Amino acid sequence: MSLSDDQIRRLARLARLALQPGETAEVGSRLNRILELVGQIQAVNTAGIEPMSHALDVVQRLRPDEVTEADRREAYQSVAPAVEEGLFLVPKVIE
Amino acid sequence: MSSLLNSTVAELSAALAARKISSVELTRACLERIARLNGDLNAFISTDEERETSLTAARRADERRARGDAGPLTGIPIAHKDILCTREFRTTCGSRMLEKYRSPYDAHVVRELERAGAVVTGKTNMDEFAMGSSSESSHFGPVRNPWAKGRVPGGSSGGSAAAVAARMVPAATGTDTGGSIRQPAALSGICGLKPTYGTVSRYGLVAFASSLDQAGPLAKSVADLALLMNAMAGFDERDSTSLEREKEDYSRLLNSQKIQGLRIGAPDQYLGEGIQPGVRKAVEEALRWFTEQGATRVNVELPHLPLGVAVYYVIAPAEASSNLSRFDGVRYGHRAGEYSDLIDMYERTRAEGFGAEVKRRILMGTYVLSHGYYDAYYLQAQRVRRLIVRDFQSAFERCDVILGPVAPTTAFEIGVQVDDPVTMYLGDVFTVPGSLAGLPGLSIPCGFDGSGLPVGLQLTGTYFSEAKLLGAAHRYQEATDWHLRVPTETPL
Repeated sequence: MSLSDDQIRRLARLARLALQPGETAEVGSRLNRILELVGQIQAVNTAGIEPMSHALDVVQRLRPDEVTEADRREAYQSVAPAVEEGLFLVPKVIE
Repeated sequence: MSSLLNSTVAELSAALAARKISSVELTRACLERIARLNGDLNAFISTDEERETSLTAARRADERRARGDAGPLTGIPIAHKDILCTREFRTTCGSRMLEKYRSPYDAHVVRELERAGAVVTGKTNMDEFAMGSSSESSHFGPVRNPWAKGRVPGGSSGGSAAAVAARMVPAATGTDTGGSIRQPAALSGICGLKPTYGTVSRYGLVAFASSLDQAGPLAKSVADLALLMNAMAGFDERDSTSLEREKEDYSRLLNSQKIQGLRIGAPDQYLGEGIQPGVRKAVEEALRWFTEQGATRVNVELPHLPLGVAVYYVIAPAEASSNLSRFDGVRYGHRAGEYSDLIDMYERTRAEGFGAEVKRRILMGTYVLSHGYYDAYYLQAQRVRRLIVRDFQSAFERCDVILGPVAPTTAFEIGVQVDDPVTMYLGDVFTVPGSLAGLPGLSIPCGFDGSGLPVGLQLTGTYFSEAKLLGAAHRYQEATDWHLRVPTETPL
């Protein structure tokens, strides 16, 4: 299994990472070597084995659906790149 | 002054309690040592240059002592890995993305240590977003190993390890996803503990791989690790994976844990091929010490262990690609200066904000989670993860402790592996399996190789066996002095 330049570009788009034109090949060759390493797992017989998504087989705790946090909007927005009147600013998305 | 800096947390705690020193004096000594050595070692990203924050905290700690309201950590200077959110210092994660980020809240661990009276002297350098084993991928430059400044201190908690080894602070916090506390402790000649997953709250720990991330302590002795754990560990409802357990005293077996009758599993693959001779020799000698004290070596097999690295480098990047999607230039962190539209802003922000290793892991994670590859990589890795966990579970039916090296090599030279991710990843072979299984792992110094570089011994136990591991290691540290050696390039 080896990733083509097109696949690398597609992954970068999915991951919202701009790659420089010259970067694709270099990134690709390193990713392909990593894929070779992790590809070892495909030879393992795992028939009937449940995937383990967590370090411990424990049930996640639930809590009542109640507001527990105080309103700290100003503190949280103070670290944002662009804010106006309590709103996060982003480039225009609707014409 | 030099004996002060060389003291353990336990010794300093006793000196503070006896009023032989004040926290202000001790903190000032640490701040001076940090100021003197940090230019060379680059162990800290943020230090308390004005000394206001630390000395105010130290004064408060002295007042607490005077009132008779002090615990073992009251007045003890520490440092936090720069992935734990602090209000007093910026929290960069070693990344350009968060270069100026000042958290509006403290991590649980930070708050608990503050409540215990510890004095924060600064934030330590690390691999970017904890992705690395050498502390070279930091946006703020590599950390240098106090035993050999041309070499890495290990990673990702390399700044914390170097700071403790160089006697800048008596203890520090770290985080361990695949070995990031244990391996830098080993390469820097100090002690580090990765607790059982769920023991220490992840609240305020900037997430890398959430099913693996655990915070833990680094210090000169295991007795000190126990003191820090007593403050750091405990249930926190703000972390959904925090375990609801009673508070435990991690020091309780320090003076009573017996080596006689301890069943030690030392799998052959831990002492076989691919391990530097100097590492193997030191680990074998440590094993001999334990058996001479009456421990029994039992045969255990961990057949899926060699797959740990491959499993880890699917699961950790998958979780990272999801966790790091939050860095989009909207709510916090870096935002690109120029962009044409929203998507372009995301893409440029992330391209500028993240370094090469973080980008590789995001791309790898995106790949293994993408349509058509999810089953073959991600689900398969999760299945093999279970096989590794089962190996450990059956091993712990036969033994109390699994003993082996922390890493196959001692500290390597800065720059040699930085562009070779596969070689770097393979160095995690002995630490990632325990992470995948959520097990506690302890790293302690057990000797030096032919070049005078420290070797780390790893003790892995079953779930919640931290006190036993610390107790057994404490016996070893009473009989040996590897953990007391001062790094040659940062003499006192």
